[in-house]
Amino acid sequence: MTSTPGGGARDEVLGRVRSALSGVSPAVEVPPAPRAAARDDLVDLFTERVEDYRAVVTATTRADLADVVARAVGAATVVVPAGLDLDIPGAVVDDGLTAAELDAIDCVVTRAAVGIAETGTIVLDHGPGQGRRIITLVPDRHVCIVDAAQVVADVPDAIELLDPARPLTWVSGPSATSDIELDRVEGVHGPRTLHVVLVAD
Amino acid sequence: MSGTFVGMPAFPTAARAALGDTQLRRNLAHATHTIRDKRARVVAEVEDWEELRLAGAGVKEAALRDLATHLETLEAALTRAGATVHWARDAEEACAIVAAIAKRHGADEVVKVKSMATQEIGLNEALEAVGIAAWETDLAELIVQLGEDLPSHILVPAIHRNRAEVREIFRRRMGAVGRPAPDDLTDEPAVLAGAAREHLREKFLRAKVGVSGANFAVADTGTLVVVESEGNGRMCLTLPEVLVSVVGIEKVVATWSDLDPMLRLLPRSSTGERMNPYTSTWSGVTPGDGPQEVHVVLLDNGRTRALADDVGRQALRCIRCSACLNVCPVYERVGGHAYGSVYPGPIGAILNPLLRGVSDEQTASLPYASSLCGACFEVCPVRIDIPSVLVDQRAAVVDAHRGDRIPRRGSHWQEAVAMRAAAWTFSDARRLGWAERASGLAGRVLGRFSRTTLPGGRAAAGRLPGPGAAWTGARDLPAPPPESFREWWDRTDGGRS
Ligand code: SF4
Repeated sequence: MTSTPGGGARDEVLGRVRSALSGVSPAVEVPPAPRAAARDDLVDLFTERVEDYRAVVTATTRADLADVVARAVGAATVVVPAGLDLDIPGAVVDDGLTAAELDAIDCVVTRAAVGIAETGTIVLDHGPGQGRRIITLVPDRHVCIVDAAQVVADVPDAIELLDPARPLTWVSGPSATSDIELDRVEGVHGPRTLHVVLVAD
Repeated sequence: MSGTFVGMPAFPTAARAALGDTQLRRNLAHATHTIRDKRARVVAEVEDWEELRLAGAGVKEAALRDLATHLETLEAALTRAGATVHWARDAEEACAIVAAIAKRHGADEVVKVKSMATQEIGLNEALEAVGIAAWETDLAELIVQLGEDLPSHILVPAIHRNRAEVREIFRRRMGAVGRPAPDDLTDEPAVLAGAAREHLREKFLRAKVGVSGANFAVADTGTLVVVESEGNGRMCLTLPEVLVSVVGIEKVVATWSDLDPMLRLLPRSSTGERMNPYTSTWSGVTPGDGPQEVHVVLLDNGRTRALADDVGRQALRCIRCSACLNVCPVYERVGGHAYGSVYPGPIGAILNPLLRGVSDEQTASLPYASSLCGACFEVCPVRIDIPSVLVDQRAAVVDAHRGDRIPRRGSHWQEAVAMRAAAWTFSDARRLGWAERASGLAGRVLGRFSRTTLPGGRAAAGRLPGPGAAWTGARDLPAPPPESFREWWDRTDGGRS
């Protein structure tokens, strides 16, 4: 429906851009973004920075993972994505649940793609073990399993590893707002509790 | 409409009204100081912040200088990824595209993520005119929308409202448009946020069409990026069947790796956090996950006008972090509404004239809404030299109005020149002192300081001496603070110490 007027608009906008820039050299030297010096305490830094957002971090080993996650879930109803590769008693495996169905579930357990130490961020690429975007959004509590080996130093390291063709969700602490008198309140629309389970051995 | 608040008076007049509003000034001062301090702390953590700024400025400048190429690359990548790309020359065209998509799906409502571009084009009003309700889902935007108010800050649009006012707005207005506020609503921010969660959740769960902007658009991968805090963005980007994103053509960066300096610069400059709670990126349609029909509207609406301006082009690097607002001594005193645009503060003072030209009185007064103190440039993550562009735009105002009849009293540029002098004088207590002495008014002016009191009990300068006298002829101004902004800046190293 916009093909005819859109075609006109497209050519006109691009034409305006070209004439605005006529005589302007497109060559600009872009200085490389600086990288901080490498450090060997990435996992500690990651933990400290995630906790700074008032998220809960529990460190564990591969052997204890199932127990730790079960405790983090507690008596809540829980949904998991396909491919989580962890047995959680009573968990519903997402097979295309509706938003309304997910709204009736308390908790979601997933893995992550990358952890960023400097900023205390976990990134989901919604592949196997992470699931559709909606399942980590509607339930009120998100238990996210991060492998210590997945933790990188800073944003540029994460950008290099991540695949832009996939949808990505970068999560830094629980949902928050500071819209009323700049008072930080955790939890508006996303999960109000973020529990990161950090696996190392 | 092209982004001016309809019927807004020129800056000096609007500023005068704002200066008299004590509650507004108190809320603003609290807010700008709080964010300023947070920003300074997290920026100080980054050892190579200045290099990061240079990289960020470079990424954006390079994208702008070869914009046509990048836009075509973006269009091709989006199309490959299953998105439909539309082009809009102006606000009206962009609104019509969004309305047509919503209509095609039989939607009588859309859920919206906070987006400067959709505010600029007046999308909510345009949709309302064709019977489609546009629900703002960002908490501050919700406060503004329910209060039938105007946003006053890029980042925290309800910065001018305190908790008691927010409670009143929720109690009075929520019920009319959906789930009412609970009876026991208090003015605790957590309780108010909880009420917003309940109110909006039913809208998210049933919405067919979501509308967003984008903070960045990556040309080579066709990826859009939305940076947010509350999760309302994720809701709008994930739950609806159809997603329409209105993206200014200046949002383009060339490559995926260009996101690096930007995603480090934006949260620290904006909310003063190492990283904002949620950043979503998506490239077209992901089968089985999220909206299965994805539209992107590439918007000009004056951007090519700004692009053609050799000095002003850099304003298009702006990533809307709002750091320049929070350090601006003029913004802190008058607030966002006085600028009469969705883009207030120092960036608004240059962006509005660049996008729209300076033929109307309101826009022509904006380049004078500054003391040229330079704090905005110092904090800008993409190094926009706002003071230089301001000066250049002042010249543009003078040029554009050279043919006007010789100044009548009250004509905008006469007033604007007086405003400039007032701002210049006011920005520096020492300068004010010189002006007083030079004009031999010191005694009288100081006498007035002690006699005149503004509604909040704050002493007022009844009249500016020297070149500012014309401006204060019929106005009250707050007395200069004991420590001027510049002195504060020097003493605290821009709030870092
Ligand atoms: S001009 Fe710079 S400091 Fe101001 S909002 Fe834009 S990017 Fe931020």
